[in-house]
Amino acid sequence: MSSNSKRLAEGGRIDRGRPLEFSFDGSKLTGFQGDTLASALLANGVSLVGRSFKYHRPRGIFSAGAEEPNALVTLGTGGRREPNLPATMLELADGMGAESQNRWPSLAFDVQSLNSLFAPFLSAGFYYKTFMGPTRRAWMFYEHFIRKAAGLGKAAIEPDPDRYEVRHAFADVAIVGGGPAGLSAARAAANAGARVALIEQDFEFGGQILSERPGSEAAAWLQAVEAELEGFGDVSLMARTTAVGLYDGNVLGLVERRDDAQAVGQARQAFTILRAGAIVFAGGAIERPLVFSNNDRPGVMLASAVRTYVNRFAVLPGRKAVVATTNDGAWRTAFDLAAAGAQVTLADLRATLAPALQAEASRLGIAVHAGTHIADLRGGRAVMAARLAGAGGETEVDCDLVCVSGGWSPTVHLTSQLGVKPVYREDIDGFVPGPFAAGQFGAGSVVGGFTTAEAIETGHRAGIGAASYCGKTKPVPAALELQSAKLPAAAFRNIPAARGKAFVDIQMDVTAGDIALAHREGYESVEHLKRYTTLGMGTDQGKTSNFPALSAMAALRGATIPETGTTTFRPPYTPVAIGALAGRAIGRHFKPIRRTPMHDWHIANGADMLEVGLWMRPYFYRGAGRDVNEAYVAEMRFVREAAGLMDISTLGKIDVQGPDAATLLDRVYANGFAKLPVGRARYGVMLRDDGIVFDDGTTTRLGEQRFFMTTSTAKAADVTSRLEFLLDTAWRDLRVAVSSVTDEWAAMSVAGPRSRQVLAAAFPALDLSNEALPHMGVIEGEFDGRALRIIRLSYSGERAYEVYVGASAGEAAWGRLVEVGEPFGLRPYGVEALGALRVEKGHVAGPEIDGRTTLDDLGLGRMVGKRSGFVGDVLRRRPALGEPNRQRLVGLKCLEAGKRLSGGAILFKQGQTRQGHGRGRITSVTYSPTLGAYVGLALLAGDVAMGEEVVAVHRMKNEAVRAHVVSPVFLDPEGERLHG
Amino acid sequence: MLRIDCPCCGPRDHDEFRYGGDASVTRPAHDDSDFEAWYRYVFVRKNPAGAHREHWQHVLGCRQWLIVERDTRNHAIASVALARKPPTKQPPTNKSPARKPSR
Ligand SMILES: [Zn+2]
Repeated sequence: MSSNSKRLAEGGRIDRGRPLEFSFDGSKLTGFQGDTLASALLANGVSLVGRSFKYHRPRGIFSAGAEEPNALVTLGTGGRREPNLPATMLELADGMGAESQNRWPSLAFDVQSLNSLFAPFLSAGFYYKTFMGPTRRAWMFYEHFIRKAAGLGKAAIEPDPDRYEVRHAFADVAIVGGGPAGLSAARAAANAGARVALIEQDFEFGGQILSERPGSEAAAWLQAVEAELEGFGDVSLMARTTAVGLYDGNVLGLVERRDDAQAVGQARQAFTILRAGAIVFAGGAIERPLVFSNNDRPGVMLASAVRTYVNRFAVLPGRKAVVATTNDGAWRTAFDLAAAGAQVTLADLRATLAPALQAEASRLGIAVHAGTHIADLRGGRAVMAARLAGAGGETEVDCDLVCVSGGWSPTVHLTSQLGVKPVYREDIDGFVPGPFAAGQFGAGSVVGGFTTAEAIETGHRAGIGAASYCGKTKPVPAALELQSAKLPAAAFRNIPAARGKAFVDIQMDVTAGDIALAHREGYESVEHLKRYTTLGMGTDQGKTSNFPALSAMAALRGATIPETGTTTFRPPYTPVAIGALAGRAIGRHFKPIRRTPMHDWHIANGADMLEVGLWMRPYFYRGAGRDVNEAYVAEMRFVREAAGLMDISTLGKIDVQGPDAATLLDRVYANGFAKLPVGRARYGVMLRDDGIVFDDGTTTRLGEQRFFMTTSTAKAADVTSRLEFLLDTAWRDLRVAVSSVTDEWAAMSVAGPRSRQVLAAAFPALDLSNEALPHMGVIEGEFDGRALRIIRLSYSGERAYEVYVGASAGEAAWGRLVEVGEPFGLRPYGVEALGALRVEKGHVAGPEIDGRTTLDDLGLGRMVGKRSGFVGDVLRRRPALGEPNRQRLVGLKCLEAGKRLSGGAILFKQGQTRQGHGRGRITSVTYSPTLGAYVGLALLAGDVAMGEEVVAVHRMKNEAVRAHVVSPVFLDPEGERLHG
Repeated sequence: MLRIDCPCCGPRDHDEFRYGGDASVTRPAHDDSDFEAWYRYVFVRKNPAGAHREHWQHVLGCRQWLIVERDTRNHAIASVALARKPPTKQPPTNKSPARKPSR
């Protein structure tokens, strides 16, 4: 293949002064600025570009747009490798390296095209019939080979080194499609005063006008409108951008590609969420192929695409062309091919043809066959001859190019995505969008206006309508007309059913025979047909195959097209890289990170950090042990024997103020708060409306009308929102304000027998005696000019204090405690030790408050007593929640030396078959240095009594361990250590 | 993507809001011990195809709870009001709030 052997000597919209080097499967080739990869390949005489999905049949470039089923390539290497890109959509760039797909060992010689010989086995439903049911085991064996044989390009495994962006944009009028309709709409809307976004997937605006002969009136029209639009300040012309999704509220999802991003230092792709006041859909139409035997051979192309290659890219894909059509549109391709020097034969399915077209054909020396269609093609890796069948019998015509046109399908994909079914229109034999929602308009081919004149006129009206919908009503000059574009409307018909391997879905290798087979086997619904045959399930989503398949099924069923219906359209319209949707929210930026005021200290002092929701918390400190298991046991000892310091800033903190504050708390907590004295704290449990436990925490009464509530770390946001809900919607009469102060306070727990001495040394101005600060008491003071609250509370079971200080003084207060605490043996401890300490004490936490347990399940029922009138009180009395055999909280003590209990293990009674859900499960475990054994908390059925033995089975760890059922309070049941 | 026109903050994306359930059900008084009333409030829903009154909270904004009337078929929002200041035509809280029939 000599370089650019098929390039015409002149013409086209390419820049011949800017040649670009690129490669295809390693061959060095040259194209020009303004080429697509597809046009450059065609110019270089590359006709074979891929192998088909199932049969590995040779395939060539079929279209010139997003509908391309065949010419899928892989670009880039390593982490930049991107498969399944339509060559027709890739703007040629210098140094571009493309590879063909699904061929082995090479594109020209593919041993797997032997698959064709086995084709009968690969027909519709092959996978289901062969490998499901009794022969399912065979699938296990064959899957590997089938997956290797059938497929598309390979995805990259390495991390993608490129940058992607997600951004938000706004417009009064968004226009999808930059062809004559979209341009005309943009001009009208902009003149009316609207802020306009014009979205075009191509790198040039103009749509079908780009396929008109250079120097034509249409080309001049395009230039004039583009110039006018560029003069407006708030018209954004978004080329290389595809509207892939339509969402509620006139929101569009747009993907912009930059294939030269690396060179210009920009994001490779950007995903834009565009919020528009109104939308004009002007995405045009997609030409339908014809279904006949061997219609997939390289050299068969859509007629409009051939016209694009000839006029826009100055490429003559073949010198001996057959044009097969059912409508007037494709005649223009025949005329332009003949004018460019090709020898053209035209076969029109219609018996009666327009005299004007015939006269022009005759003038250009085109042989016209009326009432004729293609019956079969000859040729393997390139088409060699077409067998034409008509009233006068069959003739064979030598050719190297076959242009097909079965009419046009409006692109109803986007407008149908919100569930608005497209509507069949008999006069155009196609589907148009269903009724538009408020603020949505259609123009041009999308709504069946196939001529350029209609596109300009409907675009103009839609542009004015959309602008006016947004309140922009400045007077608009008349539409710029384009006289030459008024072609007679096309007539459409279905081609007779073909024999032999005639493809309906070229990408998925679905033939007319497959559809007939599906029909014979009872798959009549189009949704079933799609899944049974895999029709329309490729990366092109059946853009060219949808309508031919529908007509075939309609014909088989003897039904009309509207009776047959369409499949469901879902986003995205074209494939989207996951990277574009993620933008910069990857790795560390995947979600926000919350750090406590003492975060830096933890890092500097060897903490191993743990993600808890969005928070980073110290898991354990490496100074205490080599790994977490060694460290947490050591940290527990510091707390039990001297003093420990824990960062508890992540607790939810809510300030509750107002004359009715006590009433609010009395209603939302299951246990009473109305009588809590000022200066005292109380542990409280909240229920949901349905009577299940919601959250627990402590609330301190700072004044007659002021409380300080804490919640669990996990439920902080939910509790705040719940309080606000009740006050805003149900108890509007209560005079209370709640506000989250979680981030305002740093919080730390000082726990252990020497905790009081540490605090006294750290805050010498405060009286921390047992009289001044008894258990469940609070004192307030100042540290470093910031507010200080010390509440005497214990989670670990030891004498303990919670120290709250203004967040900006948190690190200083922590540092002070560490410094003065050292002589007393104070050491920091992490989340793992905290959890272990509370398990020893039998305190419940998240694993037990799991959204299924009640107060009685958790042994907290006695806190409530005979109270009523609190949230969840009525529905907690549901009979099912009081069943005697419900699982309730118990303790477990491991009975086997050298073995451990595991969280999540299923509990079985001794002798019970170890299957199913057992009698309960372990929720939390720890090694107890005090008891010298593994202990755990569990939820266990009521009929397994205290003192009984159970077996804890963890199948994934292959463990079965015997344990005693005991009280959940393993340590100090009388609570004497609180005062130690 | 819904946009909710918050009476305090103006039109905002729905991802700034927290959904709070059906606003057409009436919460029994806090000390109402009628089991049936609580059962209906917590579990019984109409699930209409059409206009639906529902609670949304502007959590990433003013934190007000709102009553939004949304068409469940197409997400069109007919009205947005503060839950705290119901329209004056609303009946007192011990009766079911007025509900428009499904369109
Ligand atoms: Zn707001």
